[in-house]
Amino acid sequence: MMHFETPSQLGEARTDYRRYLAAQKRKILICAGTGCVAGGAMKIYDRLLALLKEKNLPLQVELTEEKEDSIGLKRSGCHGYCEMGPLVRIEPAGWLYLKVLPEDAEEIIETTLIGGKPVDRLLYKKDGISYPTQEEIPFYKKQTRLVLSGCGRMDAESIEEYIAHGGYEALSKSLFLMSGKEVCDEILASGLRGRGGGGYPTGRKWISVRGQKEPVRYVICNGDEGDPGAFMDRSVMEGNPHLMLEGMMIAGAAVGAAEAYIYVRAEYPLAVARLRTAIARAEECGLLGKNILGSSFDFKVHINTGAGAFVCGEGSALTASIEGERGMPRVKPPRTVEQGLFGKPTVLNNVETFANVPLIIQNGSAWYKDIGTKTSSGTKAFAITGDVVNTGLIEVPMGTTLREVVYDIGGGVRGGKDMKAVQIGGPSGGCLTKVHLDLPLDFDSLKSVGAMIGSGGLVVMNEDTCMVEIARFFMNFTQNESCGKCVPCREGTKRMLEILEKIVIGKGTLEDLDILEEIADTVTKTALCGLGKSAAGPVVSTLKYFRDEYIAHVVDKKCPSHVCQALKTYTIEPDICRGCSKCARLCPVGAISGVIKSPYLIDEKKCIKCGACVESCAFAAIKEE
Amino acid sequence: MTYDQKTALDLILHNHNYDRTHIIAILQDIQSEFRYLPEKLLTYTAAAIGISEAKIYSIATFYENFSLDPKGKYVIKICDGTACHVRKSIPILKEIRKRLALSDKKQTTDDFLFTVETVSCLGACGLAPVLMVNDTVHAAMTPEKAAALLQELTAEAEATGGVL
Repeated sequence: MMHFETPSQLGEARTDYRRYLAAQKRKILICAGTGCVAGGAMKIYDRLLALLKEKNLPLQVELTEEKEDSIGLKRSGCHGYCEMGPLVRIEPAGWLYLKVLPEDAEEIIETTLIGGKPVDRLLYKKDGISYPTQEEIPFYKKQTRLVLSGCGRMDAESIEEYIAHGGYEALSKSLFLMSGKEVCDEILASGLRGRGGGGYPTGRKWISVRGQKEPVRYVICNGDEGDPGAFMDRSVMEGNPHLMLEGMMIAGAAVGAAEAYIYVRAEYPLAVARLRTAIARAEECGLLGKNILGSSFDFKVHINTGAGAFVCGEGSALTASIEGERGMPRVKPPRTVEQGLFGKPTVLNNVETFANVPLIIQNGSAWYKDIGTKTSSGTKAFAITGDVVNTGLIEVPMGTTLREVVYDIGGGVRGGKDMKAVQIGGPSGGCLTKVHLDLPLDFDSLKSVGAMIGSGGLVVMNEDTCMVEIARFFMNFTQNESCGKCVPCREGTKRMLEILEKIVIGKGTLEDLDILEEIADTVTKTALCGLGKSAAGPVVSTLKYFRDEYIAHVVDKKCPSHVCQALKTYTIEPDICRGCSKCARLCPVGAISGVIKSPYLIDEKKCIKCGACVESCAFAAIKEE
Repeated sequence: MTYDQKTALDLILHNHNYDRTHIIAILQDIQSEFRYLPEKLLTYTAAAIGISEAKIYSIATFYENFSLDPKGKYVIKICDGTACHVRKSIPILKEIRKRLALSDKKQTTDDFLFTVETVSCLGACGLAPVLMVNDTVHAAMTPEKAAALLQELTAEAEATGGVL
């Protein structure tokens, strides 16, 4: 491995790596993101590797030399189409193979690598038509992949490939061709806003830190992606760790920080491993350490793994956690930019935000501002999940409508059902309904309807989802994760959860809805940190858009979606019942009675809605609704 | 504290330079070595890095990943994040708990082979519902697949010498 002493050495190495890469006339990229690995991607990799060796084909795994007409075999980052994984991409043709099994390795080599043809049965198909290239597949067609462009196109662990794809060019530019102030101004001019949820202008944050009197400063990357239903940051950390590292380095150089921390969730072991590798490789070649590329810039990056506290995604709680304290937020001001980690000025940005930085420095703020909307520039990665045909990770320009995301990219609701809601922004966000389908997804439009972009989790829910139960689910989460420091959040979430639990078992009253709204309002206005302030989001938005469902629960004692167990009714269809008495014997409260060989009856007053009878009936005679 | 425990702990503390800001990382290392945080080791650690016992206890109890009780060889984390929840993760949890005779109060089997807990999101939402056994993610689970997985793990444990 080379040690780069000057920017021109880096440039020369890039030319070399590009030449090596160009000599790989055919490439196989196996998705090695968490999803595809869980689906067996590593077995496919091993099988392909073994077969390529066995057949004595000109294989190249590591980009160390120019190997004429070779086949590159790579473990890439997440392609995003997790639903269809494990995924294998063939370059230069751009073919994407879906749901690949180790047994397919032989055919991929014979037909594709040697024969030069796609394996038709592994291609994406819709209405009988095959879509050979990745770009043609509807899921990808409407996307604009900038931050995620490297994910799935290169070896996730290879710094050489990252450099070959233009990596660390922006760092070099920011160190030698721009002043720290110019870098901050460029980021401000680009309109980049924090991708972690808050949407605060990144450039303004950097400028504040730069302007502090205290000479010791820190950079922190928030990779504590705790929102259930979000995995954008995980994919970047796993699939293109150097992009994010480069963004952190540019920030460090611009604000005068020499040390940085990455705080990653413990639930992301693969991301932690990839980041460690990336840091080690960058240190080896002198891109991290002292006098980077011969400049006066020193930079050291540490990794801290979380220990399972959602609240640590909040800035001041996160810094407390790095300092070795309980991760509890504190009163602000002073703000993190003034007194953050160890009381020093700190730039704290999220993974996706940092990953945008090299692109902006490289291509200029004007280029970036051209993408997205007037007040929200650039793209946003969303994790689209739930009851939708195509689940996975997508990236679209800010301002893309919900309809385009759910129907054009997501392929609509599964099983031909109707969409009821889309939960955006996780437990801090809100829900969007059918009336919002043409709403552009950007910071301000979402705020105007009481939702937020959050970190970018989009969970699609179909008509069978009970929105009251969903509100309870989120409140249960927030209540569990409340750190307990401030009264509004600690007590408020607890009381709201109690009321919601009462409502889903049919013991709520109309008055409860008013109390719920009142507490929600108080918590939103008075909680200490952002998490507490947004804790009531799901309650407020479901009450606003699905009040009729709440009314059904409290007045009619019915769950319109037939989800809430306690509000279900069980009846035996007399035409189907054979009178075998099995259910009556199983019923734990003796609510079923009857005479053998004639239809049985359930006494609704005695029934505890346990559902045991339904499972026991061999004739499916018991109706649950 | 046994001699072996002390040796292992001293090494962990040494690797962290007895730095008190590393306390969370130290506790993580202790937990990965011993599968939980034994009380005597916490007392020793507190003295070694110069913090009070109350402080180390406050940190050990704040973070959900730390456990003051021994955990099983296989820690099964069933994801109940939003995406997994709407794709029916609860029946999987119920099935696993039923098969292992566990509940939300009792999370570890008596033979210390399994610990079953829920987690808010594993970030593999595209493959919901998922669960994680130690560091391995299992995708697109069903109650049936979970049952088969339990059998597989039990067999593996028997083949490799039980809980150790």
